[in-house]
Amino acid sequence: MTSKFDHAAQVPAPGAVRPAAYEDLDGLLDLLSGDEKHSSASTSTVDLLWVLYDRVLRVRPENLDDPDRDRFVLSKGHGPAAYYAVLAAKGFISPSVLPEFSAFASPLGHHPDRLLIPGVEISSGSLGHGLAIAVGIAVGLRIQGRREPRVVCLLGDGELEEGSNHEALWLATLLELSALTVIVVDNRSSDLGWPTGVGAPFAAAGWMVERVDGHNRGELERALRRRSETTPNLVIAATGTAL
Amino acid sequence: MRQRVAEELGRMLDHDDRLVVMLAAISTALFEAARARHPQRVVNVGIREQSLIGVAAGLAHVGLRPVVHTFAPFLLERPFEQLKMDLCHQGLGAVLVSIGASYDFPEYGTSHFCPEDVALLDALPGVEVHVPGHPDEAVGLLPGLAAATGVGYLRLSEASNATAVTMSAGRLRVLRQGSQGSVIAVGPMLDPVLKAVSDLDVTVMYAITVRPLDEATILESLAEPAVAVVEPYLAGTSAGLVSHALAHLPHRVLGVGVGRRDLHRYGGRLEHDLAHGLDPASLRSTISRFLRPSR
Repeated sequence: MTSKFDHAAQVPAPGAVRPAAYEDLDGLLDLLSGDEKHSSASTSTVDLLWVLYDRVLRVRPENLDDPDRDRFVLSKGHGPAAYYAVLAAKGFISPSVLPEFSAFASPLGHHPDRLLIPGVEISSGSLGHGLAIAVGIAVGLRIQGRREPRVVCLLGDGELEEGSNHEALWLATLLELSALTVIVVDNRSSDLGWPTGVGAPFAAAGWMVERVDGHNRGELERALRRRSETTPNLVIAATGTAL
Repeated sequence: MRQRVAEELGRMLDHDDRLVVMLAAISTALFEAARARHPQRVVNVGIREQSLIGVAAGLAHVGLRPVVHTFAPFLLERPFEQLKMDLCHQGLGAVLVSIGASYDFPEYGTSHFCPEDVALLDALPGVEVHVPGHPDEAVGLLPGLAAATGVGYLRLSEASNATAVTMSAGRLRVLRQGSQGSVIAVGPMLDPVLKAVSDLDVTVMYAITVRPLDEATILESLAEPAVAVVEPYLAGTSAGLVSHALAHLPHRVLGVGVGRRDLHRYGGRLEHDLAHGLDPASLRSTISRFLRPSR
């Protein structure tokens, strides 16, 4: 197995990075270059990621190995600039690694790698993989008797086309995984669209579904804090033309 | 072999709380008793093989050791990208236990055949591959697979040699020393090979762990640099590794195994052995011609 964090030199020492504010994200995003291809994917998630890391997830650079931490599974790994900016703002990575984004020896690529970046739970890129892994994490935590941690998985509306998601979302229902929250960022990137709504497959499988404005941080926080006792829940974060 | 392994896994669940058996609607009856004792740690995901591997990766992510079981094509071929991305690329491990082998259930046809399995796993980094030739050998491999952290593959078969061979972990075992060349028999190919070469002057080695391949023993026992490797899956799968072991010598290597042609045939396992030239008489003729090539 590859040793985790070959780039450990770039991991800031605890307390070495001053936690940044939401207003600092633009400056951190400016440090990342060469993300043109994925820029809309990235900006569609910046508010959501900030809310997750600032208000919702119980995960800090100091508790990365805590088995009771919350798990954030970024399935839609493309357009990771906002993710990297938020990780830097929260002290998981040093802002000094942002400018070398996607260089050969950079820990930061156009799809995140869990073996290179502290706090990144899964390596992604190929679409439709994160939800089943998140289901497995939730099942595993239940086996271990850990009731505290929640598992939050972020998908895109285009990614939802992958059939593997539909296996996994039903499985989450059948295994009664109330620790699992899925967020679908709906920025209308599905070529063929979802005529009955991106939430329809989840609602049909008995998930609790709520749709909110993906740039309204207050609404996002409220929706992400709302949970069901018995079923997994879906938060649709609508952005761009999907609003 | 499958029944013995299922029983042993059930016992192992009693003593190792990191183990989780993952099923996809296959062999569920064999794990019913274990499931009754450990309802959380025998998980049937139904006919969802992409999720089967993805969920296993999630279990490994929190420090559990998933043992994932179904028919070989549905375990490896359908979710191949999940093997690559969810396990190997993430640095997460699992024990993959297949049944069906190359054509153990010929009445089901090509959809249930998997002679490609070891070749496919060769395309991924660092996967251990075990091909036991007897139920005792299969059961004996389980503790090592459970204790490891990487991706391990256990290829179970309906075919079995008459008696188990005592093996040391990871090594080939030299069963006979000869002077005209070497034959490596993998798993259930041992009995047919021993019959085939009974009157030939060859070294016979037996392998149940084929990845990593014990190249040192091939070299140490080498009398003549002509090595045939007889495998119960795609012919030639290990030929490149055997050749690698002999790279510093002029040498000849022959890969014997299942052919690539889709036969579109049902019937019985022995009929398929004959069709692929893996019966003792065909093997005898193939190996003899290899040892004394006409010029």
